[in-house]
Amino acid sequence: MSVRHALLALLSEGPKYGLQLRQEFEAGTGEVWPLNVGQVYTTLQRLERDGLVESDGGEADGPQKGYRITESGGRELDEWLRTPPDLVPPPRDELVIKVLVALRIPGIDVHDVIQVHRRHLVETMQRFTHVKSEADEGDLGLALVVDAELFRFEAIVRWLDATDSRLKRMPEAARTAAITPTPAAGRLGRKLGALR
Amino acid sequence: MTSGRALSIEQVSKVYGEGPTEVHALQDIDLGVNRGEMVAIMGPSGSGKSTLLTIAGSLEDPSSGSVFVDGSELGAMTRNQRAQLRRRSIGYVFQDFNLLPGLTAAENVALPLELDGINARKARKVALGALDDLDLEHRAAHFPDDMSGGECQRVAIARAIVGDRHLLLADEPTGALDSINGEGVMRLLRASCQRGVAVVIVTHEAHLASWADRVVFLRDGRMVDQTGTPPGPESLLAPGTTR
Repeated sequence: MSVRHALLALLSEGPKYGLQLRQEFEAGTGEVWPLNVGQVYTTLQRLERDGLVESDGGEADGPQKGYRITESGGRELDEWLRTPPDLVPPPRDELVIKVLVALRIPGIDVHDVIQVHRRHLVETMQRFTHVKSEADEGDLGLALVVDAELFRFEAIVRWLDATDSRLKRMPEAARTAAITPTPAAGRLGRKLGALR
Repeated sequence: MTSGRALSIEQVSKVYGEGPTEVHALQDIDLGVNRGEMVAIMGPSGSGKSTLLTIAGSLEDPSSGSVFVDGSELGAMTRNQRAQLRRRSIGYVFQDFNLLPGLTAAENVALPLELDGINARKARKVALGALDDLDLEHRAAHFPDDMSGGECQRVAIARAIVGDRHLLLADEPTGALDSINGEGVMRLLRASCQRGVAVVIVTHEAHLASWADRVVFLRDGRMVDQTGTPPGPESLLAPGTTR
């Protein structure tokens, strides 16, 4: 999460004081990203240096100093909103590696390994859902943040489910051969690399 | 809230077919659900989760083992007693709602009460109360075809919990609903738990299962795992403590 752009967004609503910015940032993100005081003020200094915000010229940087967004700050914010985040996952997802390794180790039931991770994910999701169910339904910031986490975990559970099903269709003897690196796998690696 | 076991499944197995075509749909399942508790059953297609739900609801008999609803063993009951138990104590919610298209929302909800011998006027009054609880009073006179999927499923839930049901069994209850309507359905089921109803939901979607107090996992007809007691949520909001 870019603190810089969050502050620009808050200032796009109108001029604000440093303290106000910190409080609104925390409220707007469901208080999931607590911010230290220094972080707000150093970010504001940098934004001012880059000409994206202007201050009212009060003496010291601090809670009472007022800020407003500049025209170029507005453009920067608009561009950031429309720039896709980096969606390509890290090349070596730890869970994927664990399952691939489990397939190669004699005597390891890969379905059990998958289930351990599935249970852990579902337990984590239960805690997030509990937070959402206890929260005021009007707390939009919290609901959006919790949903984002839930759908991320759900995607991992679905990958585990799909893996389970794929493995069930394949006789055990064929599995090791199927994951041994081949020229085809090498090509896939390069293809994925090119995506990044 | 009344405490106690609403559902107890002991060493239940289910076999379909014989000899070489024999299929073990369920093997040695033990599951207890308390009043006020929500349990989710997760598993892939063919893992036996829907079979388990129909056996819990007395819609199907186990090949071996026992099922107790509100402390009474289903296997020891006469047909009539079981039919009465299904009408009075158990509510069912299905993926495709199963509302009768020729009846209004209120008539659909009143139907199980009328089948149980309650007179039509009283049944209607209770049904309207149940619809009101789900913010659906304004839809009472509408037919299922005139309502959205989310509304139909709320009517189906009203029908399932109307009267004094202690056990609510739901098979993929959010079916084709979008995730926000699906969440609405889960909130309603949770609210039923708070009134002391035991809820068992079958799903293959983790975000729905995560509404439950406990999630049990089926694979090839066996219960292979379940979640532990959920820890407090505090840990999630403190930075650096999520794993």
